[in-house]
Amino acid sequence: MMISQFFVLSQRGDNIVFRDYRAEVPKGSTETFFRKVKFWKEDANAEAPPIFNVDGVNYFHVKVVGLYFVATTRVNVSPSLVLELLQRIARVIKDYLGVLNEDSFRKNFVLVYELLDEVIDFGYVQTTSTEVLKSYVFNEPIVIAPARLQPIDPAAIFTQGAKRMPGTAVTKSVVANDPSGRRREEIFVDIIEKISVTFSSSGYILTSEIDGTIQMKSYLSGNPEIRIALNEDLNIGRGGRSVYDYRSSSGSGVILDDCNFHESVRLDSFDSDRTLSLVPPDGEFPVMNYRMTQEFKPPFHVNTLIEEAGRLKAEVIIKIRAEFPSDIIANTITVQMPLPNFTSRASFELEPGAAGQKSDFKETNKMLEWSLKKIVGGAEHTLRAKLTFSQEFHGNITKEAGPVSMTFTIPMYNVSKLQVKYLQIAKKSSSYNPYRWVRYVTQANSYVARI
Amino acid sequence: IVGVFFFHLSTHETPPVNQNISTILAAPSSDLSSILSDRVTSRWFLLRWISRRTNSNHISTATISAMPPPAASSRYPSPSQPSGKSEVTDLKSQLRQLAGSRAPGVDDSKRDLFKKVISYMTIGIDVSSVFGEMVMCSATSDIVLKKMCYLYVGNYAKGNPDLSLLTINFLQRDCKDEDPMIRGLALRSLCSLRVPNLVEYLLGPLGSGLKDNNSYVRTIAVTGVLKLYHISASTCIDAEFPATLKSLMLHDSDAQVVANCLAALQEIWSLEASHSEEACREKESLLSKPLIYYFLNRIKEFNEWAQCLILELAVKYVPSDSNDIFDIMNLLEDRLQHANGAVVLATVKVFLQLTLSMTDVHQQVYERIKSPLLTLVSSGSPEQSYAILSHLHLLVVRAPFIFASDYKHFYCQYNEPSYVKKLKLEMLTAIANESNTYEIVTELCEYAANVDIEIARESIRAVGKIALQQYDVNAIVDRLLQFLEMEKDYVTAETLVLVKDLLRKHPQWSHDCISVVGGISSKNIQEPKAKAALIWMLGEYAQDMSDAPYILENLIENWEEEHSAEVRLHLLTAAMKCFFKRAPETQKALGIALAAGIADFHQDVHDRALFYYRVLQYDVHVAERVVSPPQQAVSAFADTQSSEIKDRIFDEFNSLSVIYQKPSYIFTDKEHRGPFEFSDELGSTSITPEVSSDIVPAQQFEANDKDLLLSTDEKDDNKGLSSNNGSAYTAPYESSNISSQMQELAISGPAASATTTQSSFDFDDLLGLGLSTAPAPTPSPPLLKLNARAALDPRAFQQKWRQLPISLSQEYSVNPQGIAALTVPQSLIKHMQSHSIHCIASGGQSPNFKFFFFAQKEAEPLDYLTECIINSSSAKAQIKVKADEQSTSQAFATVFETALSKFGMP
Repeated sequence: MMISQFFVLSQRGDNIVFRDYRAEVPKGSTETFFRKVKFWKEDANAEAPPIFNVDGVNYFHVKVVGLYFVATTRVNVSPSLVLELLQRIARVIKDYLGVLNEDSFRKNFVLVYELLDEVIDFGYVQTTSTEVLKSYVFNEPIVIAPARLQPIDPAAIFTQGAKRMPGTAVTKSVVANDPSGRRREEIFVDIIEKISVTFSSSGYILTSEIDGTIQMKSYLSGNPEIRIALNEDLNIGRGGRSVYDYRSSSGSGVILDDCNFHESVRLDSFDSDRTLSLVPPDGEFPVMNYRMTQEFKPPFHVNTLIEEAGRLKAEVIIKIRAEFPSDIIANTITVQMPLPNFTSRASFELEPGAAGQKSDFKETNKMLEWSLKKIVGGAEHTLRAKLTFSQEFHGNITKEAGPVSMTFTIPMYNVSKLQVKYLQIAKKSSSYNPYRWVRYVTQANSYVARI
Repeated sequence: IVGVFFFHLSTHETPPVNQNISTILAAPSSDLSSILSDRVTSRWFLLRWISRRTNSNHISTATISAMPPPAASSRYPSPSQPSGKSEVTDLKSQLRQLAGSRAPGVDDSKRDLFKKVISYMTIGIDVSSVFGEMVMCSATSDIVLKKMCYLYVGNYAKGNPDLSLLTINFLQRDCKDEDPMIRGLALRSLCSLRVPNLVEYLLGPLGSGLKDNNSYVRTIAVTGVLKLYHISASTCIDAEFPATLKSLMLHDSDAQVVANCLAALQEIWSLEASHSEEACREKESLLSKPLIYYFLNRIKEFNEWAQCLILELAVKYVPSDSNDIFDIMNLLEDRLQHANGAVVLATVKVFLQLTLSMTDVHQQVYERIKSPLLTLVSSGSPEQSYAILSHLHLLVVRAPFIFASDYKHFYCQYNEPSYVKKLKLEMLTAIANESNTYEIVTELCEYAANVDIEIARESIRAVGKIALQQYDVNAIVDRLLQFLEMEKDYVTAETLVLVKDLLRKHPQWSHDCISVVGGISSKNIQEPKAKAALIWMLGEYAQDMSDAPYILENLIENWEEEHSAEVRLHLLTAAMKCFFKRAPETQKALGIALAAGIADFHQDVHDRALFYYRVLQYDVHVAERVVSPPQQAVSAFADTQSSEIKDRIFDEFNSLSVIYQKPSYIFTDKEHRGPFEFSDELGSTSITPEVSSDIVPAQQFEANDKDLLLSTDEKDDNKGLSSNNGSAYTAPYESSNISSQMQELAISGPAASATTTQSSFDFDDLLGLGLSTAPAPTPSPPLLKLNARAALDPRAFQQKWRQLPISLSQEYSVNPQGIAALTVPQSLIKHMQSHSIHCIASGGQSPNFKFFFFAQKEAEPLDYLTECIINSSSAKAQIKVKADEQSTSQAFATVFETALSKFGMP
């Protein structure tokens, strides 16, 4: 392993924290790194890969909430180890600070140094467990107001939709005391599913995949054991069948292609009754990641039409239909579509009485953008756009535009039908009844309709 | 930008700092990446920037004088320079005031000051001048203060050895504190001072730290030993710390102590091994069966990071038999379900390395690891996905048939970063086969219209590569030609290059392609590569394209405006070819081209023009035979990476080599290649596992596929020209160009008639590959005498094998008698020994046998190391020679070949 340095840079390239563990990398590595990342290629579009080598020094970085978490080394290390570690350091810091952003970082950098000293010694990882670190860290976090929280991390999505949830709960530090002086006993279990669907131009599904995570954040005192029961008809692995054999989904069972588990999870009775048992460590962590290619009903149906209307004109019609129950509401929906390069103007026509909708034509990258605050299950919405071209065009206009892509969040809905049937907390006292939050959310990862 | 800024500066006393930071950063000429946000220091930075600009130009002196004069003109202010001086001086006096104070609440004030010091340190201001004050203030029981002080001291001690002495006292005292937390922290800081002449003060605290009853202190002490080793290796060895660590590693109850011992010992012994026999033995003892099992059996007691360390160790373990292998695999099976990608990849590496010699199981391993890796790709951040995907990429390229049905997993998603998309495109190219090509190419064609132009280009190239590796290219040709109809410049450019390559391999498609290409206006093509491709086609198919001579004429008339030498070279050749086919129409243009070419400032263009001119002068018919011989289809384009390199990268699985797609010796210096590098090549073959096929019920695959799994496809190796240099073209292009030039040379030689049929071998030989089939008599090398009693111990062999480059790589045929005798591999070892070539390691099973030989030149201590892989079903032996003396390696290879050819003969 052997990491030489660790540092965090802001978007503008200033050092927020900097720790040198082995004194092997020459001075100026933060500047070398930042210049390389900023000007990776002439072509501004190309993003710097997370790992690169400059003059024998290997730079690793992950971007978290707009900050660069960077490690350097001269050794031929395991790349996923370092990237995993950087990601984990970010999570540990978030556990302590409650909210992770540049501001909270700057206010708490001494605490961050304390953490870093215990996480890595002489380049070797010692521990990344929030739990273990608690006994070594003495600074009290200066918690910044949750109102300043930007909706970046998955937890933030809950602050918008589901009213049942106290939005600030997930931004609590694991060590800070409540102003009331009393810690609330509660545990959060989030089932977050990111879905990727590609529709062909004729509307049928080319590829689809669900990448899910059962995420847990526990504020229970005394670390009691927890049992989580999943669907009894859950199956893992699709046997000898081809992964993309859609006919196989006749049964009602949930079939995962594959999954993996956090190291605290014990699977003793998983095979018999689909329960996971664990003693949740402090902080936020994924209990289980899963992947599913079983056929599912895509939450939105997208219909796009682009037609020439005269020599220098064309019309675009985008229709989206929400294919989920009417008690479910999707929010923050955006629809994007690249228009032909020679489009000079676009005028939009929203449906009558449309509220909370915006449409825009981004001249620089010729992008049509349509955003909707919310869509109620079963509803259908249409956008018409009239395009004006700067030059005459012959050929197939559909090859010049598209595909249409969508992003959205649907709280309290999951497409895989994977469920947490119950969440059992083992603690003797009968009066002990902590809050248990089980939440579902579906998000678009790559939701694309070709035209 | 500069102007705007000055305006602020001259109208306000204090410029509105924060607004300007971004504007300054946006100026590409500035390298001020570490712009600061702290108000005080930002001003410092901005002023510095200005003062730098003033040197170059146009600021009135009045503006300059308005600034504080010193304003830190150096990048890294040293203590003598007053960067942020007033602030630091302020801090210094405040600290001094607090140092002696015992007033209540003083710790809080100290905390604030310490924080300030550390924040300056972070952003790069030198605060070493307050060293003394910091140490004075550290007499406190407040652990938060202590920690900040330790951090500070660790940062500046190395540069201030004299001041460091000040800290020794209080650190030593803290090492005896009753709070284990403080003992540990003090010990860590003490060892982090990195000051060589203070090491004597470390020994006592380290010794007691290793015996401390608190595990936190012990973990720190163990790493402290490693730190000491790096400051002064001899002190560390003399104090016999390694031995203590070894006993701790075997007996300590705390897993992290054990893990740190392992890490420290690996590092120490690897570094010592170069000059100490004992360290060598110790290093190898870490790989003994009891120790490996000791670690593996309790692997779950360790945290995930320590698990990676143990798994990396287990990779180097040489199992004693197949039961051993299966025991380890069963033990580690559940590690594949770990959510941490690093643990999974380390486990995968163990599985792959353990089963290298067991083809069927090796194949099962591929099937087994596929799903967990795909899950990791989709569950992590884009960065983590990229790391995992790079490893999948390696596996896919190695064994495409195993992933052929999973192609949809490698489709690009529109929001993925381009570095991920590029990998996926390469993977799709690799796994395309008869059953999935249609879908893959359809998908790739969608990307060709992508908004991301770079990805669109890559996608078109991918289609082209797939076309070149398929036998049935019918449908793909249509798609390619459709690209030309899209009328996007870059699409057309990429497609032209591909059509050219395709025609060189499948001339039968010329009719369809040429009719479409003929319709493209050369005016729309600007990129040199595409232009060159079009010109090549114009020359090659001049008889099928009615206006070829006129297009060429047009291009030749604009000779002066053609900036690319590559294009001009092609123009010359195309004009020649066209001339032979349609002389009357081309003669004038050719004349102009030759004249312009001879006057060209570019050496190659000049030479080629002159050469054509002279050949034409000599005899037009000879010229035609030279420049425009009957077309020959290229059967396979040379691979850009040799199989040797690919195997090397595979051996370095789960390291940066996979990400960079380069073996580690290319991008790291030797000392950093890895903490514990053993020769993998030897490691996996130095035993001969008695594996009979009935142990593992596994699917049977064709022999072909097995070969693919064990080492990358080596079949193409001797077809293509594996290495050529000095040409400015890219690889696939390069080889053809050279070979066509070679062809020209060969035909003009005396052996003209014979070489037309065997020309491809000729080229190889001209490039020095020395194939035995080459008709040209190579001068027989002087006979090499070998030392019959040469000796080399395996370790020295490993070391040499790692260090030396390959000086020779060849393939020989083994006669049938030899193959028959190979049923007892030992017989070959004996046979070679009788020719003074000694075996040092051997392994493998039918049909693949691997041997490592060495030999020594008589009377001189010069060694020849050879890796010899014999495939008994193809009756071929591939050898790689590494030699101390490069110049005689060919002579040695001859001796080796002679010896090998006599194997099995009575």
